[in-house]
Amino acid sequence: MTREKLLLIGNGMAGVRTIEEILDRDAERYDITIIGEENYTNYNRIMLSNVLQNKNTIEEIITNPASWYEEHRIELVHHDPAVSLDAESRKVRTQSGIEISFDKCILATGSRSFILPVEGSNLEGVLGFRTIDDTLNMLKTAKSYRKAAVIGGGLLGLEAAKGLVDQGMDVTVVHLEKWLMETQLNEMAGKLLKADLEQQGLKFLMEKKTSRILGDTRVTGLEFSDGSILEADMVIMTVGIRPETALARQAGLAVNRGIVVNDWMETSASGIYAVGECAEHQGKVYGLVAPLFEQGKVLADVLTGCETAPYGGSTTYTSLKVSGCDLFSAGEIKEADGVKSIEAYDGLANSYKKLFIKDNRVVGIVLYGDISEENRYFKLLKQKQDISAFTSVSVLPAGGGCCGGAAADDVTQWADDETVCGCNGVTKGTVLQAIRDKDLKSVAEVTKATKAGGSCGKCKGMIGDLLTYVLGDKVATAPTGICGCTDLSGDEIVLQIHERGLTTTDEVYGQLGFRNREGCPKCRPAINFYLNVAFPKEHEDEPASRFVNERLHANIQNNGTFSVIPRMRGGQTTPQQLMQIARVAEKYEVPLVKVTGSQRIGLYGVKKEDLPNMWEELDMTSASAYAKAVRSVKTCVGAAFCRFGTQDSMGLGIKLEERYEFIDTPHKFKMGVSACPRSCAETGVKDFGVIGVENGFQIYIGGNGGTEVQEGQLLTTVETEQEVIDICGAFLQYYRETGIYAERTAPWLKRMGFDHVKSVLLSAEQRAELLKRLDEAVEGKRNNPWRQVVEDPKLQKDLYAVIRG
Amino acid sequence: MPKTKVYVARQEELLPRIGYSVVCGERKIAVFRLSDGRIKALENVSPYRQGPLAEGTVSGEYVYCPLYDWKISLLDGQVQEPDHGTVATFETLLEDGKVYVWV
Ligand SMILES: Cc1cc2nc3c(=O)[nH]c(=O)nc-3n(C[C@H](O)[C@H](O)[C@H](O)COP(=O)(O)OP(=O)(O)OC[C@H]3O[C@@H](n4cnc5c(N)ncnc54)[C@H](O)[C@@H]3O)c2cc1C
Ligand code: SF4
Repeated sequence: MTREKLLLIGNGMAGVRTIEEILDRDAERYDITIIGEENYTNYNRIMLSNVLQNKNTIEEIITNPASWYEEHRIELVHHDPAVSLDAESRKVRTQSGIEISFDKCILATGSRSFILPVEGSNLEGVLGFRTIDDTLNMLKTAKSYRKAAVIGGGLLGLEAAKGLVDQGMDVTVVHLEKWLMETQLNEMAGKLLKADLEQQGLKFLMEKKTSRILGDTRVTGLEFSDGSILEADMVIMTVGIRPETALARQAGLAVNRGIVVNDWMETSASGIYAVGECAEHQGKVYGLVAPLFEQGKVLADVLTGCETAPYGGSTTYTSLKVSGCDLFSAGEIKEADGVKSIEAYDGLANSYKKLFIKDNRVVGIVLYGDISEENRYFKLLKQKQDISAFTSVSVLPAGGGCCGGAAADDVTQWADDETVCGCNGVTKGTVLQAIRDKDLKSVAEVTKATKAGGSCGKCKGMIGDLLTYVLGDKVATAPTGICGCTDLSGDEIVLQIHERGLTTTDEVYGQLGFRNREGCPKCRPAINFYLNVAFPKEHEDEPASRFVNERLHANIQNNGTFSVIPRMRGGQTTPQQLMQIARVAEKYEVPLVKVTGSQRIGLYGVKKEDLPNMWEELDMTSASAYAKAVRSVKTCVGAAFCRFGTQDSMGLGIKLEERYEFIDTPHKFKMGVSACPRSCAETGVKDFGVIGVENGFQIYIGGNGGTEVQEGQLLTTVETEQEVIDICGAFLQYYRETGIYAERTAPWLKRMGFDHVKSVLLSAEQRAELLKRLDEAVEGKRNNPWRQVVEDPKLQKDLYAVIRG
Repeated sequence: MPKTKVYVARQEELLPRIGYSVVCGERKIAVFRLSDGRIKALENVSPYRQGPLAEGTVSGEYVYCPLYDWKISLLDGQVQEPDHGTVATFETLLEDGKVYVWV
């Protein structure tokens, strides 16, 4: 039997999601062809805002690469728009002249940016914000020009404006109305938002109507109806979108504002369907992904013959992807007949809430600042719950018990079929099942498996809650605050850092509401570390947040003096080195010279101001003996001299040390290599221990010879040194990414589950990914800090000098 | 005993939240620039085991001793609960962008 031919026009979010849903239901039913106009495979358009705000790269937002199309035998007619559609003969022609026939056709052509029809709108430098190409264009322009104007202070305009500020531009948002996002926010919230955005460097011109765009070939400015002028080298138009309906009109389908569809997403021509922003259902056109995905599900059911309920329209909500401006709005938010409201404003916390109530039911929500209760309210709205039993005081705050109260906000108490991720329509049940069946341990893994959290990212907090809920019995204690400054656990802080794109300690303290705005010696180094791992390129290490040891690159001793411990890779040294150390120790009258626990020579009792000179005279590298970092590799003599050794333990130790020295880790990270099971280097109690066996190496992880002695667990046995080195790197990076600051590998391993860590480290694919991320993160950062200080007189003066009065 | 004015550094040379050790005869002094720009000076010796306060973590108006984490007010030298004691403070002076301590 030949398969039916399904044609999708529009390679965007709604269309491809519909195809994914169809494949999930019945992968064999159709021969699928997709016609796409853009030169990229399917991507997450929402994330373009993040690309502009330096939070994601273009590669990261591609949701389905070319291999996905191949894998599902989907023919992609790429970068070639459909130009005509014949509903009778069931044929479509593309611009390049390709003709494609179909049995069923889906139109998912989305929308176009609406460009104001004013004089000058065709000048160079006037752009919409819709596609990857638009975004790349903006990024490029931002490199060579300084002033940008954004026309339209809605969601898209503000995200674009914030992005351009992040690119270093001077940005003015021009808005026609009295306050920002006037369709989603009321005046109060709109004004709070404006004040917060001004703090972030945006400028605003309110109640201004653009009458003309100035310039000869390239834009030079804007002229407003009141005659005033704003200089600009780039103009972004974000005044609205228009459904792309040209093809449907040409084919003679019914079109109003969008392509008219019935409850089964079918257009006026049988066998031709429409989903997404180009479709109009019951007079409504949607411009957000959640409804489009709901439409996609219905259509997938229809096209695979599954029983389904008709599409009945969607309730939408809005949130803004700009860090530090939390807002939520949904439903009807205009005062009207019969609509009453309850309002609360907390001037101290800069938070504002307003609920709109009609016939004892919540019909609209506006939250600004504190949006912790968005789920509770949104549920009241969606389920049309009668709230007549409650006073305004009991509806508004999260008081326990009433109308679901705190429980409704607690995702763990929800019913399984309730939606956690609105964007992607993923229910609580699906998330829980995925966590259990696939042994997932992090939000990122849940997103990969279920798509929940992959779009606007607002639900990541709830996914985190569900993870803790399921893994609760494996996690020995409930997460508690990392210190007295906050109730957030290390995990929660890391999650928020990623979610909100926080790149400095100050942002973390401000936005996560730390009781102590400058933190304490416990949380400051921790947050500095988390930021280093999360944003290795953007975050600048903060010396003032480093404990003295790491600030000065020397261990402080109990009398306030310091120690100097040079590196001796693999524990090896030379007569010359020994003489050099001896000379320096003598010259600076070092009170104690000692061989350390990990086979180095330490000079103890050094004055801070002598450190730079001693380092210079030693002309050796720091052994990081003071740092939460990869320390050193202890080795036995091995095959080189020992009569039992089968492996070159010193050689491998040196290689490991060279490859990974100076890498920051949540806690100190010690390694060891013994050349035979006699384990003279005691490698069974190292964070990463290697024991040579007849034809390879056993690898032990999570050992600790410290306060709580822990035997390392056998991870695997490998044949080559290269494998040992790679597994070590992957282990380091996984520990860096998921470790809580000051958590050694043994408790970390217990918390994560040995089997889980093992499966990650033994998967060649994940190992390669981890290594890649490790290399990216430490690129250019692995310098010998002593040399840096020796070469930088300013550093010496700032940190080491003692001022004599 | 009459106090003398000791020059420390130009204001902009002092990094915020980093302590500076100043030695003046017998006295060891720790000078700090808070994040809001104020300059404070304390004796550079924690009451407990003589930790050098200049190496401590500075947060708001407090410094934490680098050895045992005692929290000490930079305004009045008061050691905070649960520990107790006081550290001597010194008056500071900003003149033409130059920082001085009265010793
Ligand atoms: C910067 C930005 C941020 C956003 N943020 C959010 C957000 O936070 N939350 C949210 O819910 N929504 C957000 N949106 C809206 C969301 O991206 C859209 O609602 C969604 O992408 C619409 O999906 P679609 O498939 O209908 O259209 P699209 O994703 O636009 O896909 C349509 C595709 O069809 C192609 N096409 C058009 N005509 C033809 C033709 N004749 N032949 C071939 N191909 C054709 C187009 O080139 C396009 O690739 C954002 C949008 C933008 C631009
Ligand atoms: S571990 Fe084995 S090879 Fe290494 S020194 Fe001891 S006995 Fe020799």
